[in-house]
Amino acid sequence: MSFPEMDWGPVWLTMQLAGVTVVVLLLVGTPLAWWLAFTTSRFRTLVEAVVALPIVLPPTVLGFYLLVALGPHGLVGGPWKQLTGAPLSFTFTGLVIASTFYSLPFVVQPLHGSFESVGKKPLEAAWTLGASRFDAFLTVASPMAIRGFLSAVVLGFAHTLGEFGVVLMVGGNIPGVTKVLSIAIYDHVESLEYTQAHFLSVFLLAFSFLILTIVYAINRRLPVHVS
Amino acid sequence: MVANVSGFLLILFFQMFSAVAVAEEVRVAVATNFLATAKEIITHFEQDTAHVVVVSSGSSGKLYVQIKNGAPFDVFFSADVDRPALLEEEGFAVRGSRFTYAVGRLTLWSADSDLIDKNGKTVLSDGTFEHLAIANPKTAPYGTAAQRTLQALGLWGHVKDRLVQGENIGQTFQFVFSTNAELGFVALSQVLDGKINGAGSRWDVAEGLHNPLRQQAVLLVNGQGNDAARAFLSYVKGPKALNVIQRFGYGVE
Repeated sequence: MSFPEMDWGPVWLTMQLAGVTVVVLLLVGTPLAWWLAFTTSRFRTLVEAVVALPIVLPPTVLGFYLLVALGPHGLVGGPWKQLTGAPLSFTFTGLVIASTFYSLPFVVQPLHGSFESVGKKPLEAAWTLGASRFDAFLTVASPMAIRGFLSAVVLGFAHTLGEFGVVLMVGGNIPGVTKVLSIAIYDHVESLEYTQAHFLSVFLLAFSFLILTIVYAINRRLPVHVS
Repeated sequence: MVANVSGFLLILFFQMFSAVAVAEEVRVAVATNFLATAKEIITHFEQDTAHVVVVSSGSSGKLYVQIKNGAPFDVFFSADVDRPALLEEEGFAVRGSRFTYAVGRLTLWSADSDLIDKNGKTVLSDGTFEHLAIANPKTAPYGTAAQRTLQALGLWGHVKDRLVQGENIGQTFQFVFSTNAELGFVALSQVLDGKINGAGSRWDVAEGLHNPLRQQAVLLVNGQGNDAARAFLSYVKGPKALNVIQRFGYGVE
């Protein structure tokens, strides 16, 4: 099989989207997971349910609300346009926002689990030894929750790679901006370009399989730190 | 007595038979631009014949691929000539059943009633819009027509970076309707549809600027033995349907 002219643009774009989304999700998801693990607030159950919503909702629900919210007259898109002068729909930033919601549970849930299993005791020990709260989190709790972080990063990344419905609804299929892998494959299939569709699909299949295998392998070997 | 009973059975038999013939179901695949029009025709058809029509819609490209891969449709209303012709050649459609049911009209439309003036070319060349929506030129005939129009106007390079593509003309319309794109090339039938009723502003593209949007329908092999499918196709050629088709802004041949 000889490869046709391959357009690597969607591959690179998808990696960028997944990468940026994971970073944003770690920044947002870590404090959220921490709060969920240790709070005694009665709102905890509600927040947990909200975080898990993207798992059960069809992407069209998220896509529909994002289309309305990100638009130039939308709840988010309106102020954004006032602030930056540019609209949010059909942009890379818009896709990052969409993916952050879409992949949120895949980052928060593993972190939440691992924070819970680490427990508060090691932290309290660090505090009594004079470590600041942030320092204790960074040098004590985080390394102990390494499995959780690893799962969070990989699942967040992989789930964003697999995103399709939401991007189809709010992306606009712009090469280099919103034409991600899944959309490019869809496009090729619809245009009867099966060779290109196969090529990208095999790539995605192999890549996803590879990173999941690596994660499971590492997870087995990592030391277990449970208090 | 015996004669009476057999006569009764005979009547019963014919009634059952005709009941079966009348209640046939036809599964129709419709290119998105024609969906609203088709629905109105179907309402008339179901009233007049008691057949039942089940509609699926999508881009012509998608429907074509689905038909080739065994989708259980009886009739296909494409937005172009090529795909029905291909299906005929490839043995998925019944030879000789293909006909032009409508000639589509492309329009540049905005939900903003002040954006587009009578000469749509001005807003395309001088406008400060962020996004111009078109249907995917590779899979949707209205997208191809939009691309040809922009090329004919010499503005393709000028607007290329601001294009957003809908997966089909329905999504393209949705982008403009929701104002995520300020304007877009859509089907005139969508703007004339009852929900919009010609609101906003638009510039109807002269047909000479793009490939003619001849839209053909074809009887699929799947519907070959389906009386309702044949009945529906001839109904679409009839005066009631033609009236609806023209009201939605389509030309007829």
